[in-house]
Amino acid sequence: MVTDIRDGGRGAVGTAGTSWLRLVAGAVLLLVLLTAPLVLYPIFLMKVLCFALFACAFNLLIGYVGLLSFGHAAFFGGAAYVSAHAIKVWGVTPEIGILLGTATAAVMGGVFGWIAIRRQGIYFAMITLALAQMIYFLALQLPFTGGEDGIQAVPRGHLFGLINLNNSLAMYYTVLVIFLFGFAVIRRAVHSPFGQVLKAIRENEPRAVSLGYRTDQYKLVAFVLSATLAGLAGATKALVFQLASLTDVTWQMSGEVVLMTLLGGMGTLFGPAVGAALVVTLQNYLAATQLPVTVVIGAIFVICVLVFRRGIVGEIAHRLGVRKA
Amino acid sequence: MFAEIFGIPPQALFGQLLLGLINGSFYALLSLGLAVIFGMLNVINFAHGALYMLGAFVAWLLLNRLGIGYWPALLLAPLIVGAIGIVLEKALLRWLYKLDHLYGLLLTFGLALIIEGMFRHWYGVSGMPYPIPPALQGGQNLGFMFLPNYRAWVVVASLAVCLATWYAIERTRLGAYLRAATENPVLVQAFGINVPLMITLTYGFGVALAGFAGVLAAPIYSVNPLMGANLIIVVFAVVVIGGMGSILGAIVTGFGLGLLEGLTKVFYPEASNIVIFVVMIVVLLIKPAGLFGRER
Amino acid sequence: MIARLLAGAALVALGTGMAHAQGISGDVVRIGVLNDRSGLYADLGGEGSAVAARMAAEEMGGKVAGKPIEVIVADHQNKADIGSNIARQWIDRDGVDVIADVPNSGVALAVQEIVREKNRIFLISGAATAALTGKSCSPNGFHWAYDTTALARGTGNAMVKEGGQSWFFLTADYAFGHQLESDTAAVVKANGGQVTGTVRHPLNTQDFSSFLLQAQSSGAKVIGLANAGGDTINSIKQAAEFGITQSGQQLAGLLLFITDVHALGLASAQDLMLTTGFYWDMDDQTRAWSESFEAKTGTKPTMVQAGVYSAVRHYLKAVEAAGTDEAGAVARQMRELPVSDMFARNAKLLPNGRLIHDMYLARVKTPAESKGAWDYYEIVRTIPGEEAYASLAESGCPTAN
Repeated sequence: MVTDIRDGGRGAVGTAGTSWLRLVAGAVLLLVLLTAPLVLYPIFLMKVLCFALFACAFNLLIGYVGLLSFGHAAFFGGAAYVSAHAIKVWGVTPEIGILLGTATAAVMGGVFGWIAIRRQGIYFAMITLALAQMIYFLALQLPFTGGEDGIQAVPRGHLFGLINLNNSLAMYYTVLVIFLFGFAVIRRAVHSPFGQVLKAIRENEPRAVSLGYRTDQYKLVAFVLSATLAGLAGATKALVFQLASLTDVTWQMSGEVVLMTLLGGMGTLFGPAVGAALVVTLQNYLAATQLPVTVVIGAIFVICVLVFRRGIVGEIAHRLGVRKA
Repeated sequence: MFAEIFGIPPQALFGQLLLGLINGSFYALLSLGLAVIFGMLNVINFAHGALYMLGAFVAWLLLNRLGIGYWPALLLAPLIVGAIGIVLEKALLRWLYKLDHLYGLLLTFGLALIIEGMFRHWYGVSGMPYPIPPALQGGQNLGFMFLPNYRAWVVVASLAVCLATWYAIERTRLGAYLRAATENPVLVQAFGINVPLMITLTYGFGVALAGFAGVLAAPIYSVNPLMGANLIIVVFAVVVIGGMGSILGAIVTGFGLGLLEGLTKVFYPEASNIVIFVVMIVVLLIKPAGLFGRER
Repeated sequence: MIARLLAGAALVALGTGMAHAQGISGDVVRIGVLNDRSGLYADLGGEGSAVAARMAAEEMGGKVAGKPIEVIVADHQNKADIGSNIARQWIDRDGVDVIADVPNSGVALAVQEIVREKNRIFLISGAATAALTGKSCSPNGFHWAYDTTALARGTGNAMVKEGGQSWFFLTADYAFGHQLESDTAAVVKANGGQVTGTVRHPLNTQDFSSFLLQAQSSGAKVIGLANAGGDTINSIKQAAEFGITQSGQQLAGLLLFITDVHALGLASAQDLMLTTGFYWDMDDQTRAWSESFEAKTGTKPTMVQAGVYSAVRHYLKAVEAAGTDEAGAVARQMRELPVSDMFARNAKLLPNGRLIHDMYLARVKTPAESKGAWDYYEIVRTIPGEEAYASLAESGCPTAN
């Protein structure tokens, strides 16, 4: 029997009987998110949230459509560049800047998706990778991106002209709202009829076609949605760190988001966020040690692929015996 | 005298085409290795760039630790890299054959990170010098350009290896088994041929090709832990353009794109990094399976 | 609830602000050496820069204003976001008073903004861009060892005077390369030379042969390498392979460190011209310092590492004189105290934070001339600081004018 990469999805949480339990769990989680900056360093938390949104957006594609994109850094970084440029040079307010960046990612997603969904599986991964590498070279050479230096000293400004984002708590709650919004969009998409069709495509594309669904269009919409939310994460990150740089568009970044999703659990709602938090924490911790970061990241990759394919959340859901919806 | 071609003196054009051919040699060797591995294992070997780097490093270590020179290294380094490949296949990759092919990509991606990370940790990234072997130092003045002997050797050596590989796979009995096993492993196994062994050896051979390319590259580029990291993505694009179907396709596309890149460097050098990706998009729009590929 | 949280944070911010009013904050002067410890610039800075900073601290007896000095390190991996994150954490949580080194212009520009915002001191040694004391200058930022202007002027000026009238540029196609090229071209033209052509190559190119071929056929006397790191190393190596220097053209490395020459080997790098802010084998003072550096690290110091030593030493002297590590007072003292040590010759600190000091035009020795390991440079000319660096007016620093 051939098991496929979408196996992680079989651990997806979602039964009706435990809804009150999930409500309580959700409330506790929200409370933790609200109070976290009092205990932990806010910038670190914001970084976690940005990457969590990025990973969740990526997971929409791998976890629910079964398409492995190896070029999501292009949307993340591309949006970061556009919003940083808009805020710094054109002087727009933060919310407009983030919107512009996100819109750019959506357009890029449309173009990439249109080209890439012609092929499946490994070819899809390699095509997205190559397209993203093109964006990398453009980012390196276009005058507005500042080449190696990136776009520096982006002012955080005032949200809606009112809230001063230079205050790190104000910034944190803004990022939290953006994250929760993005997460809600993903959750809604997954549980909608649209999401059901995506899962049908994942499980058996020919059958979905024979049922009359135009699977290419569904895949394209999912791709654009995923790219857009990845862009939202990138644009937000640019505002938090006040810079957009080449790091965000490298293929290593595309690899990192794959790892976050794989580690947390593909096709689970919370998995990618958990994975992102773990990877970011690990990077922070390793930066202060002599251990080479890439070796550790690579080793986690290998271990995940070999023995831990469900990921953390997927594994927990599996152990608890939660059936998939 | 020739007239100028599009404002470029023909001498310069010939020179650049020749240089493009040299770069194409590396693309061809690497994409050939990827194609051989993919044909048998259905795995896109993301670690290919790292193993190419490993080949160069093995040559460097042989020279600096054991005093073994270029010519023995040209044979030894691919064998060592191939042996490492066999270990990786036996220990790790084989557990994934029953799963989605994407897991193979992810595993080898992790391997690439580990290998490159370790060499970065040990040797930094400044790169190590590797001398050109004495027999190939100097060069020929061709009239339109100065061609270093070593570069000429690179083209000859990689063409020879590529054609030998093509011959072995398409025209020998062993190659016939291999192609049959690609099509229907169960049936071939039933004929008493040891398919798992064949898979292992194929992977070993594919990465040995990468190691060979690494040794060839060592005297030209400095031996550097990151030398394969960016190259591999270009080679992926080459593979997508050529399509995975044929061995000859990988060779022809590799050399052809090297030439195209050389031309771009004359007419519009700023675009030389992205020209291959642009070609890839155009090819995908016209012929999604690639120039020589068949749909799978 | 959010309002209360915000108020709490404001109180915390106020508290830390007051702690810095006078004396030594946290009863320790903490120096954070932030640089590339694993990547392209690890050899020219890396742990060596931390060693250099510790050597400066030891020279002060490990104490300043009666409080201990502590040196901590981190790897920014050449990523501006990682670098700025570390800088913020160091200042917000770990009580770091001064950040030193920071190669990679992109990371340095990011750290410059953070240090300005949080009012600490920034001692730049590894980063190249002149923007750090130009349009991105800061009252808290001091740029020590070299910059793009000094490299361009030093090499450009001197080589035209030595007869290199026509130039061809091999330029890395991004902001840094363009800057270096245009700076150098301006100097070449001002001295009566001419630029016959230029070719832009993408960053991190492996194969330079086609660009070198164009440079060769241009017939220019000097090929200026407006690139850095691995690109410079590869272009020099391949220039040797294509017999470019043997055919009478000269290579000018616009940003080249002694560790690059070490990696290349003299066979490839011989006769290369370059500008440096420091060479270990200049006189007894530099030799003595470099020897004790080598005893700790196994390599001779680069100009970046020597610059870290000099900058940290001057900073500590300023703290001693001010009796506090509050950034405003220390910066004032740094500008007032004379700068003089084995690294900084005829030195003067400009109001924009630029340290003006003698630079040196060097030629890389041939294997036959070299007497052994690290005997790489012949100093052709000493370039006075005023000639090499941009003046305050030229720098374009908005706050210092």
